[in-house]
Amino acid sequence: MTRLIIKGGTVVDPVAGKLFQADVTVVGDRIAHIGKAPADKDATVVDARGCLVLPGLIDMHVHLREPGYEYKETIATGAAAALRGGFAAVCAMPNTRPVCDSAAVVGFVLERGKAAGRARVYPVGALTRGSEGKELAPLGEMRAAGAVAFSDDGRWVRNGNLMRRAMEYAAMLGAPVISHCEDPDLSAGGVMHEGVTASVLGLRGMPAAAEEVAVARDIILAALTGCHLHIAHVSTAGAVRLIREAKARGVKVTAEVTPHHFTLTDEAVKGYNTNAKVNPPLRTPADVAALKEGLADGTIDVIATDHAPHAREEKEVEFDAAPFGMVGLETAVGLTMALVREGVLTLPQLAAKLTTNPARILGFEGGLLREGAPADITLIDPELEETVEPECFASKSGNTPFAGWRLKGLPVGVVVGGRWFAVRPRVATGRRTRDKK
Amino acid sequence: MQRKDLLGLEELGADEIRMILDTAGAMREVIRRDIKKVPTLRGKVVATLFYEPSTRTRFSFELAAKHLSADTISVAAATSSVAKGEGLVDTAKTIDALGADAVVLRHPAAGAAAVFGRYTRAAVINAGDGMHEHPTQALLDLYTIQEQKGRIEGLTVTFVGDIQHSRVVRSNIWGLKKLGATVRVCGPRTLLPPGLEEIGVAVFTRLEDALPGSDVVYVLRLQRERFAQGLLPGVEEYARLYGITRERLALAKPEAIVMHPGPLNRGVEISAAVADSGRAVITQQVTNGVAVRMACLYLLIRRENDDKAYH
Ligand SMILES: [Zn+2]
Ligand SMILES: [Zn+2]
Repeated sequence: MTRLIIKGGTVVDPVAGKLFQADVTVVGDRIAHIGKAPADKDATVVDARGCLVLPGLIDMHVHLREPGYEYKETIATGAAAALRGGFAAVCAMPNTRPVCDSAAVVGFVLERGKAAGRARVYPVGALTRGSEGKELAPLGEMRAAGAVAFSDDGRWVRNGNLMRRAMEYAAMLGAPVISHCEDPDLSAGGVMHEGVTASVLGLRGMPAAAEEVAVARDIILAALTGCHLHIAHVSTAGAVRLIREAKARGVKVTAEVTPHHFTLTDEAVKGYNTNAKVNPPLRTPADVAALKEGLADGTIDVIATDHAPHAREEKEVEFDAAPFGMVGLETAVGLTMALVREGVLTLPQLAAKLTTNPARILGFEGGLLREGAPADITLIDPELEETVEPECFASKSGNTPFAGWRLKGLPVGVVVGGRWFAVRPRVATGRRTRDKK
Repeated sequence: MQRKDLLGLEELGADEIRMILDTAGAMREVIRRDIKKVPTLRGKVVATLFYEPSTRTRFSFELAAKHLSADTISVAAATSSVAKGEGLVDTAKTIDALGADAVVLRHPAAGAAAVFGRYTRAAVINAGDGMHEHPTQALLDLYTIQEQKGRIEGLTVTFVGDIQHSRVVRSNIWGLKKLGATVRVCGPRTLLPPGLEEIGVAVFTRLEDALPGSDVVYVLRLQRERFAQGLLPGVEEYARLYGITRERLALAKPEAIVMHPGPLNRGVEISAAVADSGRAVITQQVTNGVAVRMACLYLLIRRENDDKAYH
């Protein structure tokens, strides 16, 4: 069996909330030992001195565009972008063409993910057929085929009764429901956050209330059904408050935030920068502060990217006509490490948001560095700096407002199921360095 | 002027605005002549590209170009490539191939002129981009106020009506504030964009509060579609609450002037008696529009920094 030793790094333990020096020995696809590794001339040795060793990062919210929009991204390019971003696993949202609303498409995504042989790819199934919000999708069939959660991401289920039934069904299957909370009547026609910047730019705004009204309803339905509700890409202070209160009452609700929402404000749209056009929109400094507070106090469990690739021509248009979304996989760790330097998160908290918590929410075995656990590991060099250059992305698309930003604290390698991928040239490896992307 | 495009007044400095107004003064002299033509832009090509109909604005620009002896080409929305799904970027490249020196662009999307300007060599004049800006309208308004009042600094200008959808107001806010005027807006809550206070505009919902002390009452055109959009309950109610009548006008300063970007809905946002009174300077706005547009074409086409700010 192949052996891999990650030597001399600082292990970040999100459960114990501490850091310690240790080697991590991997045998086959499992973690065999944590602690001083015995000399082993046949093992591949990764010199991890100066690096943080985390459980393999999990991005539970990405759009991989295949099937249907392969010109934006494929499962293979998305999985490669995930690796370059430091992620060992990603969850692919179902808004493909066709929509992932059947066992067949779930199977297709799993198969393509395996064939790509990069980061693990898990499919999220649609809640309703075609994500049209009219009738339930075959949740049981998809669950059996390997769907890890259900969501009509991008399209909030407007019909409250249908959402109730979907949540009851998902609860029965033991899968979380991920909700993109946006009341489409309140946000109708909006292309950015409703506020002074939109007023000056003459762009139609989406009020924070559009998100908060939807969060409130879904929390109430989660309490009714006992379903695990996971709120996608929280962006407003009001939504953070609602989630905090619901958690205090014991409602089974978790939430995620994207790096762009805790890093940028709606001013990033100035100059009609379509790369800053996202849904939910970038909000105000007060919202950003509330998101950070929510991350720090545990109201927000997860950092996920909502990686949304779009082709260059699609974004090089009038702001109104451009699609929503930015790529996120390859800038996520750098942007998140800034939170540690700012004192918002400790390193164990960061590891919890990026790996342990998503694993717990999705019922994965990973997310912990434990002997016997699957060998998914991410190495981050906290001192490594790099300028964001979309031309260097492994993703097919480069729609990011962070081009030219200097990021510090970057992934240098990822282990997926025992297989080592060097993703940045920081680490000198021993024998058999494979798959240098 | 050292800029390639005229996209809005937000980006112009007070000195640039004054330069345009001064140049418009010289152009005003040309229009007063018997033969309203000077050879200044002979051999230059001005294209008008309107994705949204506006006969008034287009004629005003075309007349301005003709007074300066430029050749004009007009691309109407119906015949334009946009109907065939050709993007703004492609159209910009086509305009370059046609050799236009300036493009006057009217488009329903905010920011369209900015996108267009990045992909063409020609000077782009924003003739209205969605709800964003309509800089030449604001410049002609500033010119008219200065002409009527002798100054702009220290005046109070109150805009009445549909502030939310008005690019005229957005441009005027920047221009007026940069030249030292106080800006107020007044309209029903549903037609007021949020956050204007943050950029130093006083916001009112009652004319009784907004009009006192106003030197200029600027009445906006009410689009009928606002009723269908559920933003207003009805035209009669609007006229009752926000229509500018003689009685209402009496709340403003005695010498206050009344402006309107046209075309007017008499009896809705403005009473016929006010529109046809000596207080209204609406026809002067139209005449000054040609002079201001001549100034803009002249300053942009004769710019020194050709070929810099585009890719
Ligand atoms: Zn979403
Ligand atoms: Zn999404």
